[in-house]
Amino acid sequence: MPNPPLDDYIAAASAALDLPVEAAWMPSIKANLEVSLRLANLVSEFPLPDEAEPAPVFKA
Amino acid sequence: MSNDYTWSTGSEIAQAIATDKTTALAVTEAALSVIVARNPTLNAFTAVAAERARAKAKAVDASPDKAKLPLAGVPFAVKNLFDVAGIPTVAGSKINRAHPPAKRDAGLIERMEKAGAVLVGALNMGEYAYDFTGENLHDGPSRNPHDISRMTGGSSGGSGAAVGGGMVPIALGSDTNGSIRVPSSLCGIFGLKPTYGRLTRARSFPFVASLDHLGPFARSVRDLALSYDVMQGPDADDAGCADRQKESTAPFLDRGLDGLRIAVTGGYFRKGASGEALTALDGVAKALNAREIEIPEAARARAAAYVITTTEGAALHLDRLRKQAADFDPAVRDRLIAGAMMPATLVVKAQIFRRWYRDQVLALFKDCDVILAPATPVTAPKIGQQTFTLDGVELPVRANLGIYTQPISFIGLPVVAVPVALKPLPIGVQIIAAPWREDLALRVAAALEQMGAVSAPRPNL
Repeated sequence: MPNPPLDDYIAAASAALDLPVEAAWMPSIKANLEVSLRLANLVSEFPLPDEAEPAPVFKA
Repeated sequence: MSNDYTWSTGSEIAQAIATDKTTALAVTEAALSVIVARNPTLNAFTAVAAERARAKAKAVDASPDKAKLPLAGVPFAVKNLFDVAGIPTVAGSKINRAHPPAKRDAGLIERMEKAGAVLVGALNMGEYAYDFTGENLHDGPSRNPHDISRMTGGSSGGSGAAVGGGMVPIALGSDTNGSIRVPSSLCGIFGLKPTYGRLTRARSFPFVASLDHLGPFARSVRDLALSYDVMQGPDADDAGCADRQKESTAPFLDRGLDGLRIAVTGGYFRKGASGEALTALDGVAKALNAREIEIPEAARARAAAYVITTTEGAALHLDRLRKQAADFDPAVRDRLIAGAMMPATLVVKAQIFRRWYRDQVLALFKDCDVILAPATPVTAPKIGQQTFTLDGVELPVRANLGIYTQPISFIGLPVVAVPVALKPLPIGVQIIAAPWREDLALRVAAALEQMGAVSAPRPNL
């Protein structure tokens, strides 16, 4: 999977979440997001059946 | 026991007080003196509760039941994310210093003191527990008692320094991804991360609700068991605390290894391990005659734990990130901001994988009782060291000291970290059991301690 255009994504997410990001923080935030996305994709590409339940199960 | 209490175990101290060989006040004064003498070097304590400790010690000495208290007069300290009545719960942060003083002690402090233990202070930690180094931008780094130029490991760094450095026999910490087991390994002490939900987290500052555990550090297995036993039991004040009655472990520590089937992890848990980590692991495995198995998909488990941590942590701190971002340690802030931007779909995927992985690992326990794994890939890195090389790849220290602990806490398994006293620096091994079988992990740890394969080395301080 190619790298998503993270600079644009971070700017859009910053605005959508009302989460101010200073320009000087961008390289570090981007590096962290790249790692998190790479690890998340390692998990999400693992095939599991549609019926697989998430670990937390709500009990009424 | 001599009058030097700085390397006595809690069990020895309680016994000496019960039999009037010394007093709780004398032990407390000795502990307070050692803290004053060593803290400028080790930077373990961020607050010392001297007057409170003296008052509690006097109460223990006056108690007609002191001989029945399992931790009578035993000094202990807590990571500064535990509420201590009368002081703000800073959780390693600058921001929380503006919080009002806590009104009531954390649940585990109350249970320790009910058993006679004496709280002497609060301990340094990585900011908001998002850390494996034991460094802290605001309070300075906690320092490894075996080489003060080196890290304690984190995030319960002060807990590692205080116990490993002979300031207290027992400390409490938290472990979300390895924050008890990593400092135990680097500081050469024992640590217990119980089953998820076993010990109440009431009145402690959270990090990742899905993964947060609390537990004890000590220099002997018996002290781990004694403190763990008195802290057990349900608590309606923690939604994650299991409705499960106390299951004592201390009376069964000496049962030995008879009938226990012991395995050691290969695959992921050997890849990237240093020579020291493998020497320690192989030595323990040989002493226990362990057979090798593989935990399936451990790398993915670690990845999923990473994703859940960064996103739940970001959710916890979102408002502070909006309003007080400049007051965070930048290394923590930038990880949390990135976490806030992670797509929710990928987090749900991680929680789905978590259940599948749990089922796979629980199946392994049909054929074994405990599983051994390294605790950290390396011995203590230098303070300030940013990267290290694991399996030929240069990686950030801060995020990767816990690569072997994360796949285990991810599914809440109980673990005792045991110290192998290699020279010049110790390193730990994880003894992992099935859920709710802390007793088995402690029993194996006690057997290893008995045969001399593991021990907390005494530093030259």
